[in-house]
Amino acid sequence: MKRHSVVRVAAIVAATFLAAGTLTACSAGASDDGGAKTLRVTLANHVWTDTIKSKLPEFEAATGLTVELSQYGEDQLSDQYNVKLNAGTDEIDVMMYRPLQEGKLFAKNGYLADLSDDVEANADWDWSDFQSGPVESTTYDGNVVGVPIITEQEVLYYRKDLLAKAGLEVPTTMEELEAAAKAIKEQNPGVAGFVARTGKSAAVTQFSSFLYSFGGDFIDEDGNSAIASPEAKEAYAFYGGLIRDYGPENVSTDMSWPEAMAIFTQGQAGLYTEADSLYKNATDPETSKVSDTVGFAPMPAGPGGSVAYNVPSWALGINAESAYSAEAWSFIEWATSAKLTLEVQQDGVPGARQSVWEDPEGTSTYPADLAAAIATSTKNGVGHDRPRVIKVPEAREIVGDPIVIAITGGDSDAAADAASDAFQGILDDE
Amino acid sequence: MTTMVTTKPSMWKNYSTWANRHRKWLFASPAMIFVGLLIAVPLGWTLYLSVTDSEGSVRAASNLVGFSNYLEVLTDTERFWPAVMRTFVFTGGALAIELVLGMCIALLLWRPFRGEKWVRVAILLPLVATPVAVGMMWRLIFDPNIGFANQVLSWIGIPAQPWLSGQYTALPTLMFVDIWQWTPMVVLMLLAGLTSLSDEPDEAARIDGANSWQRFWFVTLPLMRATVIVTIVLRGIDALKTFDILYATKGKGGGSFHEVETLNIYAFGLSFDYNDYGIASTVLILFFLLIIAIMWVLTYRRKANRS
Repeated sequence: MKRHSVVRVAAIVAATFLAAGTLTACSAGASDDGGAKTLRVTLANHVWTDTIKSKLPEFEAATGLTVELSQYGEDQLSDQYNVKLNAGTDEIDVMMYRPLQEGKLFAKNGYLADLSDDVEANADWDWSDFQSGPVESTTYDGNVVGVPIITEQEVLYYRKDLLAKAGLEVPTTMEELEAAAKAIKEQNPGVAGFVARTGKSAAVTQFSSFLYSFGGDFIDEDGNSAIASPEAKEAYAFYGGLIRDYGPENVSTDMSWPEAMAIFTQGQAGLYTEADSLYKNATDPETSKVSDTVGFAPMPAGPGGSVAYNVPSWALGINAESAYSAEAWSFIEWATSAKLTLEVQQDGVPGARQSVWEDPEGTSTYPADLAAAIATSTKNGVGHDRPRVIKVPEAREIVGDPIVIAITGGDSDAAADAASDAFQGILDDE
Repeated sequence: MTTMVTTKPSMWKNYSTWANRHRKWLFASPAMIFVGLLIAVPLGWTLYLSVTDSEGSVRAASNLVGFSNYLEVLTDTERFWPAVMRTFVFTGGALAIELVLGMCIALLLWRPFRGEKWVRVAILLPLVATPVAVGMMWRLIFDPNIGFANQVLSWIGIPAQPWLSGQYTALPTLMFVDIWQWTPMVVLMLLAGLTSLSDEPDEAARIDGANSWQRFWFVTLPLMRATVIVTIVLRGIDALKTFDILYATKGKGGGSFHEVETLNIYAFGLSFDYNDYGIASTVLILFFLLIIAIMWVLTYRRKANRS
């Protein structure tokens, strides 16, 4: 009896293991939920997502699909993609991604399905309505791999009351910007004249418009590093100097937009350069103490004019491993339709459809000065706000280093020279 | 089963006796194999990646590059060695203070007193808080502009400090947070050791006229050696691997100057930010070897002392 029991127990254990294994295998493959297909959509936390989420029942009713929505913050979203797409998952169908940050890498890795035929299939949906700059950055090797949904331009946020107190007009040049920052800081103890992102990597995108307005760029026409050019050095010193001299006391060098925006909306800064897509944070009385006195203006002009970036910050793509690419495309087509783009834009998210921008309805909910500033930025904007390479995160840290050095009062010219060498290394590798 | 027994009785009997003789191994084997695979497979994969130039996607084609990754990492004085140094400063500093502080508190709690229960619960509170929540909380407290810490300093007339945002103050500030959170665990472990001590040696020393410091230093502490070493090993490994509070407060790369970039943060950035899986794996393997070496020294010394 004793002998038998040993084997019996072992057999039961083995059987349980096998059964458990089969069951898990079953559940992993089960995506058809009693006939209704489930579409797995991964989106970033954004006003865009909130609006789309509220409209989802319409899509589900029209198509009979069930949409399973996962939502993450920017960094968590990147990490999710890194882990899941690396493993070749088919558990993501539609994915919201950042064309300028991850687009090249994802396309090169073959994570993004080729949508070239899909975008041309439906003339009513009208692919040609999408602005060319954003479309360019969702195209890889001649193939369309994403549909741009959100665009961003850099604008100047300012406090009307503080400028009026100083008797100053809205700054239109870099000199006026510096003078206004100085005046505000001197007249209002505890209030910074100017605030902007300071984190090595986070600041790069908002610094880019300064770089362009001073006549520089990250990469020159020959594909070489341009961040040690005299224009770039001047831009680094200017941006860093503004924050060092007229920024908040004890300025942190880790600030991204939430921190910088908090300083501005708490009434602790007079001038702030940031992406327009975040304007609701400053105009919403619930999140902003300065909602009634905030104004918007185009980027002040430097030696190279007023040149802001005009970029697609987010796009929708389809996972190349998805088993439901047709259904995934129907979701994208629905979410990027002219009708929904208009509704989303009225909720404060700038879209990528030209017809919506031309429609007076498209900017009807925007503060008038913001709409005007955006129009300026879109007209002569640059289509990238960071180096366009495959290794964007690494490149951002490199080209962002002189910004931090300038903010902390170091030798930003020397830092730019060193950064340029390192950046050239990345460019040579690719 | 019964048919097997009747048709091949001798073979079955052999197996059965063998199984009964090795019962403990047989029953433990599923779990052992499972755990073994869970450790061996990822480790083997990391080891393999560390000798390739894998980047971008682990499914993309990569080449075997031998030990060139190791050479590159070991000669990297810009990110790798500073990260090693920060890892040791953080671990060593935090661990030393936690031990001293933990021992003091454990000695205070050793003898029964009124309200003992409440004090013990209060002391354990930081331990049960989620590390990421702890990180966010201290980040708010240490905010240079609107944080509570600088407000307190201003009440007593000390100028505002940069805390987490300063290039040279960030790491000590995070060590403080680690000490705040993990001293209770050290207290708990040391207290367990203290309560298991018998009273006789202490009494004998008292009768011999030893003062309280002498009784602690020459009697209690030597008796506590084993407990203290176990505490150092456990908390030390834990501190070496700290990731959550560093990442929650300073993000990828450990700040604009990499001021709190320890080996863990560095490896995370390499794999999740740079997608440089070859180099990231190399750093992790070196980190792993480093921990093994430290553990070996600690346990070897302990054995040597014992004999």
